[in-house]
Amino acid sequence: MGQYRFHRRKGQAKVVFVAWRDLQFAKGRFALMGAVIVLITLLVGLLSGLTAGLGQRNISAITSLPADKIAFQAPSGGQDLSYSDSTVTEQQWKMWSKAPGVESAEPLGITTTKATAGDKSTGVSVFGVKPNSRLAPQGGKITGSAVVMSTAAAADLGVQAGDSLTLAGRQLKVTAVADNAHFSHTPVIWTSLDLWQKTTPPTSTDHGPTATVIALSTTSEADTAATDHQAGTRTVSTEDSLSAIGSYTSENGSLQLMRGFLFAISALVIGAFFTVWTIQRSGDVAVLKALGASTANLLKDALGQAVVLLVGGTLIGTGIAAALGALVAGSAVPFLLTPATVLSPAVVIIILGALGAALSIRRITSVDPLTALGSAR
Amino acid sequence: MSLALSDITLTYPDGDTRLTALDQVSLDVPQGSLAAVVGPSGSGKSSLLAVAATLITPDAGTVTIDGQNTAGLTRGELTGLRRHKIGIVFQQPNLLPSLTAAEQLQVMTQIDGRDPRTARDRAMELLHAVGLADQAGRRPHQLSGGQRQRVNIARALMNDPTVLLVDEPTSALDHERGGAVLDLITRLTHQQATATIVVTHDRTHLTAVDQIAEVHDGRVHLTATNR
Ligand SMILES: Nc1ncnc2c1ncn2[C@@H]1O[C@H](COP(=O)(O)OP(=O)(O)O)[C@@H](O)[C@H]1O
Ligand SMILES: [Mg+2]
Repeated sequence: MGQYRFHRRKGQAKVVFVAWRDLQFAKGRFALMGAVIVLITLLVGLLSGLTAGLGQRNISAITSLPADKIAFQAPSGGQDLSYSDSTVTEQQWKMWSKAPGVESAEPLGITTTKATAGDKSTGVSVFGVKPNSRLAPQGGKITGSAVVMSTAAAADLGVQAGDSLTLAGRQLKVTAVADNAHFSHTPVIWTSLDLWQKTTPPTSTDHGPTATVIALSTTSEADTAATDHQAGTRTVSTEDSLSAIGSYTSENGSLQLMRGFLFAISALVIGAFFTVWTIQRSGDVAVLKALGASTANLLKDALGQAVVLLVGGTLIGTGIAAALGALVAGSAVPFLLTPATVLSPAVVIIILGALGAALSIRRITSVDPLTALGSAR
Repeated sequence: MSLALSDITLTYPDGDTRLTALDQVSLDVPQGSLAAVVGPSGSGKSSLLAVAATLITPDAGTVTIDGQNTAGLTRGELTGLRRHKIGIVFQQPNLLPSLTAAEQLQVMTQIDGRDPRTARDRAMELLHAVGLADQAGRRPHQLSGGQRQRVNIARALMNDPTVLLVDEPTSALDHERGGAVLDLITRLTHQQATATIVVTHDRTHLTAVDQIAEVHDGRVHLTATNR
């Protein structure tokens, strides 16, 4: 008789047989676990949409600037960059304009103040720009007495192009309504830099016209470190400058922390469920091993089951989150519904959940088929 | 010889010493014949079966299945050997709660990496052979103890094994059903041409077996041959 050898078969069992039957048989248990996954996904999905929506209201006026870098006044004594503390001088932005590799260096003044029109008033962020600046939508229409309003600012005050409003005690004309830009939870009004300077209390002795930051468009030749040194500024990318918006850092930080905890909780809950489940069926696993099932086959079966449950649960949860998001879109709730805000948490939950399940299912490896023999199981 | 155990010695750790569960045991079972191993509780019967099933590697001696010495095989190869050549009838039926009687048998095809649906006919044929053709769609909790034991037997035969190992098949059954189950095992041994070992502490019903061996403290003595 010839040697008995085993050949690995290609494309082993297409059907996840026992695992699939278990799903059907233990319907109640798996439905319960599925519901938990649905709820966690829903919660994470809503939180993600809310985080992104709130983020937009903090940063959209900065992220939509046609600038790749922002120069702040170099803070003294190891302090962090801050949009509210920075003041740059005309000398500084002139220096930046002449620096090699800098295509444009435009001063941008930022203040939060109150705007009034008729009997309505609202907090706004005033963005002061030079005449014809690219930093404001329709910058060409801005004059000493004419401003461009973001849609939210116009809506809050109930004004349209051609109406007038009062800003820091001055009567001004709305020349255009454009863009839905927010900064630090207030809608933006773009004014001339001269006007902005008059709304802002002078910070120090007069060094000529000032602004808050300098918006830079640079090429790869720009040596920001050298120019920073020369001009007494500190320059970061537009993206990095977002952390200089105080409200954004704290808000985004705590929301991301909550999201992170939810991800961790989902992995732990799924891991705990499959740990209990795997222990419960370890007797069956021992029988299957004694009958000749390979450990790899059993692991694949069990992991397939977990993935079916995870994908099903997250799809339903994501669907509900998207539906709720679409429902509140356009209302006062700051909810941003994009594939990134809705689908990425689902993907993370599936990956983390599969990881949690894999760790618990791993114990299949150590089940001894010998326990299937004998009278006690 | 379809199943040959020769000079098997097996010890278990027992405090500072070792307990000898099997002491130079030899047993040959030809194809289509049934050997009964009889002995009191604790005498080493289950250990003998576990060695024959390749679930335990003995301290000394060789297990030869269908002409192949199992000593040199890897874990993966032993698993494959169990899948293809060894049928195990457990003392407890050990059925999977979520599967119907037919599916309990089809699982044997699935764990071999083939589509279990293709094994439906073979499963029905075996359920018919154990008299359960009309119970194919029932789950374990819908079957009686005797019916579960017969599904257990049919499952062991699903992959056409060379060797059939049966552990205490009658311990959970009354006298009449116990006799019926042993008759069934005898008939299937001849029908399917397996080399069968039945391990039991119960001497009744052993009239039709081909050889009887007695175990005492891990030593096996052939006491009767009917051939
Ligand atoms: N895993 C084990 N570890 C230690 N001793 C064991 C183990 N399994 C069985 N034994 C001992 O080996 C002897 C034979 O046991 P077993 O083969 O189960 O006998 P039987 O099936 O005839 O009751 C007994 O004394 C038992 O206590
Ligand atoms: Mg025993």
